[in-house]
Amino acid sequence: MNAAKPPVRAAGPGRSSWVLGNGLMVIGLAYFLVPLVWLFLASTKSNSGLFSSFGFWFDRNVNLVQNLQDLLARDNGAFLLWMRNTVVYALVAAVGSTVLSAFAGYAFALYRFKGRNLLFAMILGSVFVPATILAVPLYFMLGQAGLANSLLAVILPALINPFGVYLMRIYAERAVPEELLDAARVDGAGEFRIFATIALRLLAPGLVTVLLFAFVGAWNNYFLPLLVLRDSSAYTLTVGLANWNALAAQPGQAQVLYAIVITGSVVAVLPVMLVFLFLQRYWQHGLSLGGVKG
Amino acid sequence: MSNVTSERRSGGLLPSHARPGRWQRLGRNKTPYLFLAPFMIGFAVFMIFPLIYVLNLSVFRTKIIGGKTFVGLENYVKAFQDPSFWEGVRNVLTFGLIQIPIMLGLALLAALLLDSAVIRRQTLFRLGFFLPFAVPTVVAALMWGYLYGQAFGPIAQIARALGLDPPEFLTSGTIIPAIANISTWQFTGYNMLILFAALKAVPHELFEAARVDGASGIQIALRIRIPLIAPAIVLTGIFSIIGTLQLFNEPSVLRAVAPTIIPPNFTPNLYVYNLAFQNRQFDYSAAISFSLAAITALLSSLVLFFAYRRRLLR
Repeated sequence: MNAAKPPVRAAGPGRSSWVLGNGLMVIGLAYFLVPLVWLFLASTKSNSGLFSSFGFWFDRNVNLVQNLQDLLARDNGAFLLWMRNTVVYALVAAVGSTVLSAFAGYAFALYRFKGRNLLFAMILGSVFVPATILAVPLYFMLGQAGLANSLLAVILPALINPFGVYLMRIYAERAVPEELLDAARVDGAGEFRIFATIALRLLAPGLVTVLLFAFVGAWNNYFLPLLVLRDSSAYTLTVGLANWNALAAQPGQAQVLYAIVITGSVVAVLPVMLVFLFLQRYWQHGLSLGGVKG
Repeated sequence: MSNVTSERRSGGLLPSHARPGRWQRLGRNKTPYLFLAPFMIGFAVFMIFPLIYVLNLSVFRTKIIGGKTFVGLENYVKAFQDPSFWEGVRNVLTFGLIQIPIMLGLALLAALLLDSAVIRRQTLFRLGFFLPFAVPTVVAALMWGYLYGQAFGPIAQIARALGLDPPEFLTSGTIIPAIANISTWQFTGYNMLILFAALKAVPHELFEAARVDGASGIQIALRIRIPLIAPAIVLTGIFSIIGTLQLFNEPSVLRAVAPTIIPPNFTPNLYVYNLAFQNRQFDYSAAISFSLAAITALLSSLVLFFAYRRRLLR
């Protein structure tokens, strides 16, 4: 899109607005990144190093390896368990909700059927339902189903992603030409085979976006896991870290726990950041979906 | 906060209809229902049923002796008269009035700058601004808790090095701005990307022509570019309102550090959580959470209503 613009000097802004614009953006960049720099630096320090060294520079001895060992050893390896729980939860929830969204969005985009508009309006309306109103009833329902403390208790509700359906519908309307489906039908292909062999490939960029945001949503989720995962071995990373952080704030505990909580935070944050950075082409394309003229 | 990629610049929320023709051929087919079934079953179980469940829960009162009795709207009357509930509502409304305009203002400014000829290093700024979105709110809250802190917080360190008293961020007078800053840090970049995507879809000839006519960059932004992406701005606003009224993670995490500053009813959701899971008052907490949802729906529809009236949405 930049190529379409005239060169800066011809019609563009002058030098002062260049300085002002870039200056503002650099200040913004510092605001967003400096706290993370602090966090990463802090994860290399021992507990006493946190107190004795300046926040925006390294301590004399780099304690990262020791911190990681302490992190993994704490509470008999609880952190690894939480990590495993979170990975399973986020992966299954993301893949499952994306598959369901793709099926549903595809159906709304390419078929006409009775109740189509009503069902879609309901799904769209549910985007506005605050997630927390569902938390208390879900707590009971899942408890009665014997799923308390089970990963299924957080996975199952996360499979329903109304916004994913909405995005997949829009995407399917643009990306799947009906002529192609008609041709496949003439060739005698079944409806499901057409979806699996033709449509799915065309939907891929939209799928990646829905998948990625569902993954991050689950990875970062706190409220529902906090409610339904009461047993420490069933915690996800967010619940476990919040728990340790609360412990660290209690008198007498702080010395041991600060470095562990900070190092654990860095380990919890890195995978999501890397996924976003590596897949940026896909999700930025998907995000721009909403802005494309319809 | 929910994903806010929903705005379509023309045609509002509902996608335009596909061409007829093929529909007649497929009208009686069972296939679409088969495709829809997995999602709709889950939707009924995990969306519709919980809503009915919570409504039902809210019209009963459970006592240790005597069991469950139907009390009609009693829990709602109680909620309406409960100063603890309204204190939380007042807190989140104050929070929203400060935080949402600042966040969306910054996001809009950044998006306009990114989309202008001034900024060259687009990818760097886009990803850098967005990165905090990848951080779980729990981690963001505990990290900022440390940054604000007196013990080894860098702000206090700098103040001490300069011979000043370290500023206190977690006091009853400053807690709302302190949390507002955490939310702004986390979600500005995300909203910026949504608005940026909307701006990119605006045909640039529209304002290149105005520029040739001598309009300044600021005039073009105010008169042409911002009005054209009004639907996207309104929708980011609505999703921000929903997120704000549900505020829970940040105060819940910071409560561990500042228990006297953040009471158990600091936000309505914190109140719901403590009523239900500390006091076991599930019926009453259901009424509170439904009231909160009603307030959320009311505010979002008010915003939508005014947006339509002022023709910001089509």
